[in-house]
Amino acid sequence: MSNAQQFDTRPQGEIPVESPLAYSMQRSGAPKAKAGTKVTMRERPFLGQLTLRGGAIVLDEALREVVGLGLPGEPLGLVQDQAGERSIQWISPDEWLLIVPGGEEFDIERRLREALGDAHFAISNVGGGQTVLELEGEAASEVLKKSVAYDVHPRHFSVGKGVTTVFAKATVILRRPSEERWELVVRRSFADYTYRWLLDAGEEFDIAVEN
Amino acid sequence: MTSNAQQPNRLSQGGRIDRSRKLSFTFNGTRYQGHPGDTLASALLANGVDIVNRSFKYSRPRGIVAAGAAEPNGIVQLGSTEAGQVPNVRATQQALYEGLTARSTNGWPNVQRDLMGLIGKLGGQFMPPGFYYKTFMAPASMWLTYEKYIRKAAGLGRSPNENDPDIYDHRHQHCDVLVVGAGPAGLSAALAAGRAGARVMLVDEQEEMGGSLLSSRENIDDAPATSWVEKTLEELSELEHVTLLPRTTANGYHDHNFVTLHERCTEHLSDLAPSANGRRQVRARLHRVRAGQVVLASGAHERPLVYGGNDVPGNMVASAISTYVRRYGVAPGKRLVLSTSNDHGYRAALDWLEAGREVAAIADARQNPDGELVEQARSKGIRIIAGSAVIEARGEKRVSAAKVAKIDIAGFKVAGPVEELACDTIASSGGFSPVVHLASHTGSRPTWNDDILGFVPSPVKGMTPAGGAHGVYALDKVLEDGVAAGSAAGEACGFSAASVSQPNVKNLREGAAVALYQVPHLKATLRGPKQFVDMQNDVSSAAIEVATREGFESIEHVKRYTALGFGTDQGKLGNINGMAIAARCLGRTIPEVGTTVFRPNYTPVSFGAIVGRHCGELFDPERYTAMHQWHVENGAEFEDVGQWKRPWYFPRKVNGKTETMHEAVSRECSAVREKVGILDASTLGKIDIQGPDAREFLGRVYTNKWAKLAPGRVRYGLMCKDDGMVFDDGTTSCLAENHFLMTTSTGGAATVMEWLEIWHQTEWPELDVYFNSVTDHWATMTVTGPEARKLMSELTDIDLDKDSFKFMDWREGNVAGVPARVFRISFTGELAYEINVQANYAMHVWKKLFAHGDKYGLTPYGTETMHVLRAEKGFIIAGQDTDGSVTPEDLGMHWAIGYDKPNSWIGKRALTRPDTKRTDRKQMVGLKPKDPSVVLEEGAQIVFDPKHAIPMPMKGHVTSSYYSPTLQSGFALAVVKGGHQMMGDTVYLPMADGQVHEAEIVSPIFLDPKGERQNV
Amino acid sequence: MFYILCPYCGEHREEEEFHPKGQAHIARPADPENTSDDEWGDYLFFRDNPRGVHHELWVHAVGCRKFFNITRHTVSYEILEVYKMGEQPSITAESLASAEKSQGVQVGDGGQQTVGASDSAAKDSRGTKV
Repeated sequence: MSNAQQFDTRPQGEIPVESPLAYSMQRSGAPKAKAGTKVTMRERPFLGQLTLRGGAIVLDEALREVVGLGLPGEPLGLVQDQAGERSIQWISPDEWLLIVPGGEEFDIERRLREALGDAHFAISNVGGGQTVLELEGEAASEVLKKSVAYDVHPRHFSVGKGVTTVFAKATVILRRPSEERWELVVRRSFADYTYRWLLDAGEEFDIAVEN
Repeated sequence: MTSNAQQPNRLSQGGRIDRSRKLSFTFNGTRYQGHPGDTLASALLANGVDIVNRSFKYSRPRGIVAAGAAEPNGIVQLGSTEAGQVPNVRATQQALYEGLTARSTNGWPNVQRDLMGLIGKLGGQFMPPGFYYKTFMAPASMWLTYEKYIRKAAGLGRSPNENDPDIYDHRHQHCDVLVVGAGPAGLSAALAAGRAGARVMLVDEQEEMGGSLLSSRENIDDAPATSWVEKTLEELSELEHVTLLPRTTANGYHDHNFVTLHERCTEHLSDLAPSANGRRQVRARLHRVRAGQVVLASGAHERPLVYGGNDVPGNMVASAISTYVRRYGVAPGKRLVLSTSNDHGYRAALDWLEAGREVAAIADARQNPDGELVEQARSKGIRIIAGSAVIEARGEKRVSAAKVAKIDIAGFKVAGPVEELACDTIASSGGFSPVVHLASHTGSRPTWNDDILGFVPSPVKGMTPAGGAHGVYALDKVLEDGVAAGSAAGEACGFSAASVSQPNVKNLREGAAVALYQVPHLKATLRGPKQFVDMQNDVSSAAIEVATREGFESIEHVKRYTALGFGTDQGKLGNINGMAIAARCLGRTIPEVGTTVFRPNYTPVSFGAIVGRHCGELFDPERYTAMHQWHVENGAEFEDVGQWKRPWYFPRKVNGKTETMHEAVSRECSAVREKVGILDASTLGKIDIQGPDAREFLGRVYTNKWAKLAPGRVRYGLMCKDDGMVFDDGTTSCLAENHFLMTTSTGGAATVMEWLEIWHQTEWPELDVYFNSVTDHWATMTVTGPEARKLMSELTDIDLDKDSFKFMDWREGNVAGVPARVFRISFTGELAYEINVQANYAMHVWKKLFAHGDKYGLTPYGTETMHVLRAEKGFIIAGQDTDGSVTPEDLGMHWAIGYDKPNSWIGKRALTRPDTKRTDRKQMVGLKPKDPSVVLEEGAQIVFDPKHAIPMPMKGHVTSSYYSPTLQSGFALAVVKGGHQMMGDTVYLPMADGQVHEAEIVSPIFLDPKGERQNV
Repeated sequence: MFYILCPYCGEHREEEEFHPKGQAHIARPADPENTSDDEWGDYLFFRDNPRGVHHELWVHAVGCRKFFNITRHTVSYEILEVYKMGEQPSITAESLASAEKSQGVQVGDGGQQTVGASDSAAKDSRGTKV
């Protein structure tokens, strides 16, 4: 074992929980779809998110065993399971982001720690610190062009790619899990700014928010 | 308001305007009419408006000179409402729309009758170059007074006094090939690159794409050139990866092919953006383009000749005449004299003649003009005076005649008798200057090319010039050059060239041009009539000559002394002429003199476009904690800490009156010292550190010891840079043998994270340790005060017994049903529990604490109270009490320095340098004002002898200062030279208002020096 | 606005994702306690400001968070190469100068210099500063 402390942050009982956008949606509203809506935004809150650090070979092996999904083979790669519920994204040569359905992360972390044994690695639970926003629709890439300097043209940003980059005056992890859908992994404290920015940038495309 | 429905200069046919519709507009209070397709300039010329402005310095009447971005005079203030005011708009670039309202930028009380003009007339003698510098320099105190009037007299428009209601946008763009300019070269280049499959952006500043072809006399494939433009644009618009941006100016060319474009989306429709489908439209966009390759097809500006009176309305550059006649159906006069040094100028005379107007003569500076265009003019019976030039224009508010004479260019003198030809329009052409501005933005100085008598762009990596910008002017060659540039650019991006067939264009035999810039006059330059070089900045040939005589030899100095090519003009018409004149005066060649640097932006960009949507509520990110909504609902006043919004204090309403900050903070302080308070401390940086070498690493980045910190324990640590200066502090907890949780200051979170990484990645990669930021994952609430344990005991299953959960311990358990790590650390000096829960559950825990806390007097407190409480304990805030020049020794924190640690931790070596060992360094002390009601000013300077003559030796300054309700006195932390040895001494703080405060140097720990209150 | 190839991400990124961290190849003295005050001061405070080739340390701050080196020309701002931590540059002022010399191009006096990247330069940079 790596002699690190693991801590399950999820309560057992029924405890009220608030997504990072709870306040924002109440304050800034969540516009409904209109006839001209060309981009739709939705939050996927409360997912399990683990930052994985370590060598690619040992992590890959452990992940295949525990999650059934290996590491992406290339920098900036994003792999996901068939249902699209579990994904692993390259963040850095020794860092990956694992996103799983909320509630799975503690058990996965425990089993990964077991599988990794004495290898040098680190796993940090970051699920409370970031949330996932989805953008979908024909104008999604136009909204992104207003927001990120990164090139989102399909020739450059293909499905199965993900990057950490600047978003307006904040930062974001931007990923493309499918042709029509973009995911933004946003830090909790910047979520309100990001949300307001997207509402404003999407105004000309009648942006809608689905809860 | 007067009305003038006539358009006396409008031709009955021709041009790309829609005569079936009329647009009314107002210029200087008079209403006129024009047509869709007009620019403001073409409509003014159609209406016979000669004077559009008064000049900047001499207040001379000025008319339209050019037809595009190069226009120096037709600069107007646009806008029918206050909020819609736009300064610095070139009439030649502004599309006409219904209701357009414009005013001249200069001219008081108006352009026709300008009182400043009187000064202008005298100005020849009274306003030499450097006039303002020389005249208004002294006394310095008067400059502000002078400036107000100078600006009024000489300004270039004004900004609106009301908020701009429009919205603006930014777009980040990427492409393989960016083509700047959609004339013949740009269109060909875009076609070549686009057909090859490259992602192409084609941008053009005009209302319509086509550039010079829109007013060309020449045919392409036996049809008017405009048909080829239409056909090409149609194909381009059908190519999937090609983007066409009209009304878009490439304004700045920056490092590594980063180009900024200014797209005007609605400014051709109205002065404020109209709504579309009930939605606000973006008025202008700033595109930030990263291009693989740039094709610079920005064309060339025709150079006017520099002759006497060349600024009188009615003087124009020759190609502008062609543009107004052929593109806008306007002949801005009756009788023309053309002065030219080359064949190209002849087009203006031919177009003028075909418009049914009279050409009095062509003064051609060449001895034997013989090109094909010359022949055409000759065959139409136009009088050509070889070896001559217009040496002076006559007239005041409009040209009345041209003085033409034979000239000796080499000898710079008039070589024959002067003939005065009656005319109302003088066109001049001194050849073309490639528009090298963008290429120059990159820092590349253009290269002089003797063949074309102009500067062409020097090589810039990833940039290919084409067509006019490349010094290629014959249409067939321009089209070829464009295709070559587009293909090459595409290939550089990995796209093999596609076939683009060369259209059929008749090659015109061209006679050689002659180099002519300043035309000689009968009188010497300094005595003759003014010859203007830069009309926007009112720089004359005489001014340049004076500058060289006064010793300004570098062209950059000449520029600054005379204002040549300043401001929004950026030397479009005048720079080459100016350099040529400087070269003549200095006895050098033009390439020896060289060019000045052209800078972004090429034409003015509105502030709105620069700002984009980074304004108002989106100006900067606001970071919120998980409890933010509660703070808002409970009336918190917020303080900005970095980008975080932190509650500053929570004013209550007492008897209908809201507490002042002082009242609220006193109440909050007392609650913590006497009962229990709660602080949202979520903003502290939190870094999760794991790995077998984590402990070793901590020992190297902190000044104190970490070898023996056991799991379950917490320690305070100081971080220094390698210069020995404190830069952050915080607590780090041992979670497990190889696992630590570090906290940093709120502002230092990102810096500390990068700090740890740089040492790990660049100095100690052999240490096995990883750092992950978990700042946002945890929400942190500090419950502190004598009643804290009682409150906590109601909500947690953690054993709170003082012997099993001691000060500087941490435990895990549940708080309000939520898994939590609780840390017994204290920044208030009271019993304290710092509760960390996963942020999504934090609001629940926070509210539960209040549900149970009422009976204990639980009081929320903000950063101000936090500051008072920690300062009473002498706890520092890095960045407030330290400023990058304070060592741990200076802070008196010897206890936190592990000099005997085995490694040379960061900062250790520097602490034994002579400078850091000085005993007279500024050292941290407490200050107790002699008058307890005084709260010293933070930043106030400390002196030892208030009677010392000014300047008094300053011995230190106040870093933190508050009123303490507990001490019932003001108190402060300060750094004082040698302060540690001065306990009990009195120091003085002279204030700006003449008061001198007295204070006693005391220990910085004002309360509970033994720490008994936190250790219960 | 530079366009910087991150050697770890393997693609060019906008400058706003990076932080410059000053001159590259400044090694912390191995034994600080036995380093003279002058040497320590030199390590702490003295940096070169060449006209020409410069080796710089950068971090892909909003990205993979890795540090790496850039060889940049301080006049043209051209980035001549990027290389990872622990690697040495293949392009230095000396290598460029000799390449230009072999092409018959004259290198201006003192126009180009570099520091830290090569042993000789590192030696020269010690104690010669004024």
